[in-house]
Amino acid sequence: MDAYTLAYRLTGDEEDARDVVQEAYLRAYRGLKRFRGEAQFTTWLYRITANCASSALGKRARHRHDVLEDDDDVVDVSGRVDPAEQADRGEVRDRVKQALAELPPRLRSVVVLRDVYDLSHEAIAAELGISESAAKVRLHRARRKLRELLYPLAGEDEEVDRRAV
Amino acid sequence: MRCEDLTESLPGVADGSISLSDAARWHAERCLRCQAELVQYRKLLRSLRALRIEVLEPSPGLLAEILAGISESGERHAVRQLLSGRKVAYVGGIAAATAAGAAGAVVLATMSRRSRLRLVS
Repeated sequence: MDAYTLAYRLTGDEEDARDVVQEAYLRAYRGLKRFRGEAQFTTWLYRITANCASSALGKRARHRHDVLEDDDDVVDVSGRVDPAEQADRGEVRDRVKQALAELPPRLRSVVVLRDVYDLSHEAIAAELGISESAAKVRLHRARRKLRELLYPLAGEDEEVDRRAV
Repeated sequence: MRCEDLTESLPGVADGSISLSDAARWHAERCLRCQAELVQYRKLLRSLRALRIEVLEPSPGLLAEILAGISESGERHAVRQLLSGRKVAYVGGIAAATAAGAAGAVVLATMSRRSRLRLVS
């Protein structure tokens, strides 16, 4: 259930992820004739899933007032320990996932699609309905926030603390 | 060259999409802070890539929901096709009837003109 995993990573919610996957498979079924084999089938399905997730997040944002903007404060999940020093790789992975969950959806979508699923900037922009340059800017901000959360440099500790209060 | 001039480029350097200028590389190779940041971006990207092989299992029933959705959509599509097929037949019938009516009118007009000519002669 690769598509479900992607949907869950993008929405951060199990129910939303189920709806997104259902819609994505339906769209894939309807659009199967249009699949020309230029990309891998999985990439094609990822793009459809990303598009459905983007719509779902848009709807959710319209219905909830706690919409996360790009500049929302983020919570420090670093535990003040360098992940390299952590023996357990599972723990590192969990912290990365937790940090991802802390990102605003608009930033999380881009970094998940680019750095986890290896979609091109062009594909990401097309499926999220943003310009390619906006996708690049969001990717940069998402990576920077993740790095600050996971590996705060000297001086950034205080900065993160201050924002978390 | 200062760290601040470089910090925007470091994620791109870590994923290989950006090449530093000579001056920037000279700074990065000698600056501990930039080196540390670069290493952290590389670790971050490795950790994110590692998530790719992780597959989350949805709670049971998702496959059935997907198939039911597709099946329902398939039925709706079939009904639409059927209706659009009937529509074509209906429109075709009207067109044929109109054409026949027009042809009949032409024939009648021709016949009445001939009979008028005969009376005159």
